[in-house]
Amino acid sequence: MSTQNATVLYDAPGPRARIRYAVAGVLGTLGIAALGWYAYSRLADAGQFSGDMWSVFEYTAVQQRILDGALATLKAFGLAAVFSVVFGTLLAAGRLSDHRWLRVPTTGVVEFFRAMPLLIMIFALYRAVFPAEPMWALVIGLTLYNGAVQAEIIRTGIQTLPRGQGEAAYALGMRKTQVMLSVLVPQAIRSMLPTIIGQLVVTLKDTSLGYIITYPELLYAGKLIASNTSTPDGYPYIPMVLVIAPIYIGLCLALTALAKWLEARGRRGANRRTSAAA
Amino acid sequence: MGILFEDGNFSLFYHGFLQTIELSAISALFALLLGGVLAAFRVSPVPVLRAFGTGWVMVFRNTPLTLLFFGVVFALPRLDVHLSSFTFAVMALSAYTGAFVCEVLRSGINTVPLGQAEAARSLGMGFGQTLGTIVLPQAARSVLPPMSSIFIALPRNSAVAGAFNVPELFSTQKAFDEKGYPIFVTFFWIALAYLLVSFTVSAVFRVLEKQLAVAR
Repeated sequence: MSTQNATVLYDAPGPRARIRYAVAGVLGTLGIAALGWYAYSRLADAGQFSGDMWSVFEYTAVQQRILDGALATLKAFGLAAVFSVVFGTLLAAGRLSDHRWLRVPTTGVVEFFRAMPLLIMIFALYRAVFPAEPMWALVIGLTLYNGAVQAEIIRTGIQTLPRGQGEAAYALGMRKTQVMLSVLVPQAIRSMLPTIIGQLVVTLKDTSLGYIITYPELLYAGKLIASNTSTPDGYPYIPMVLVIAPIYIGLCLALTALAKWLEARGRRGANRRTSAAA
Repeated sequence: MGILFEDGNFSLFYHGFLQTIELSAISALFALLLGGVLAAFRVSPVPVLRAFGTGWVMVFRNTPLTLLFFGVVFALPRLDVHLSSFTFAVMALSAYTGAFVCEVLRSGINTVPLGQAEAARSLGMGFGQTLGTIVLPQAARSVLPPMSSIFIALPRNSAVAGAFNVPELFSTQKAFDEKGYPIFVTFFWIALAYLLVSFTVSAVFRVLEKQLAVAR
């Protein structure tokens, strides 16, 4: 059995261990199946799978509203993604500055926004600055928080670059701004791209906080539809969750897949470079 | 700035603060338990359990916390599950955080070199001894830094509970706002409370890291 390799926890199984694993596998399958069946029967008993509950999704108007909600989510995400990476780059450059008067306040800003709950900031922005435009409260809140996190990611990226990169650039007579903008930041962003995209997944998930400040994104649209649809079995909240959750999960998994692909591609490129040099 | 000390505001603030801490602490406990069980599933030699752990992590790591709260608060009562808002909040927060804890534990165990376990088995140690004296102590060191960021994030995430009827600090912010106090003054006090919580958590983890550190 070459597939049953030893791991750090288990030695390669012998015949008796294999029987034990098989028994555990059967018991585990039964347990999970029982759990699934229990969940299904609870939902079915409450009438959650009746046709009335799901017929709301047949209307094109409802489909359109869900699509609009998804687009609103993506719009807030797109804006916040671009702004947070730009803001993060600026903050990272500030934290790496030679000037104390710039370095100290930027560090304070980064530490403050990383420690604050996003919801508290978004709500304060919504009430104080953008009472009529929840989208900008959401986007700016997301930018402040995620910008601070991206700044730390980019700063780590710059600091883990070989020191020779910056030294060589200075030796060529480049100015500080040139060294940062044309040598260090592009390389740091490239090497940290998977981590940056990982944080963008968090940004995407956090757009759902718009629900709380009544920005009509996916979750808010879903809630409005569900609470305005009365069926003999009650309001279709559960079908709505079962429709919306896969949309969010799908979007996040697509972003994660992009990060993984970029990581694999980056490794390939790096290998090619080193083999060419050698 | 003095709004905190007039008109009974302090007791509202204080109760919100305590509720945030209570919610975070209980959720942290359940998230650790759940994450431990899920991580055990994910590294177990039984494929079905591994698949279950992977599925759980995939679903709960990629679901927005707000949607999770929405699902728990609006869906469960329709299945005749009637619990307090606080219990619902604990369920949502620990299901969500548990997925992250699981991933951290799993990758921590995977950082222990295979040779360590092989050496332990060669010395005649059993499964329990290998796990308890060789693998887990080494995994704990690499687990602590990512674990600290999870548990610093937890009190911040718990703010979402305020939007779903739990009277914690975000609810306090909303209540002060409805009373007509300037939002930036309210924000100042609420921010201070959250900074206090997150600095305390990171200080605790720094102490733990120092205690577990070994000279190499």
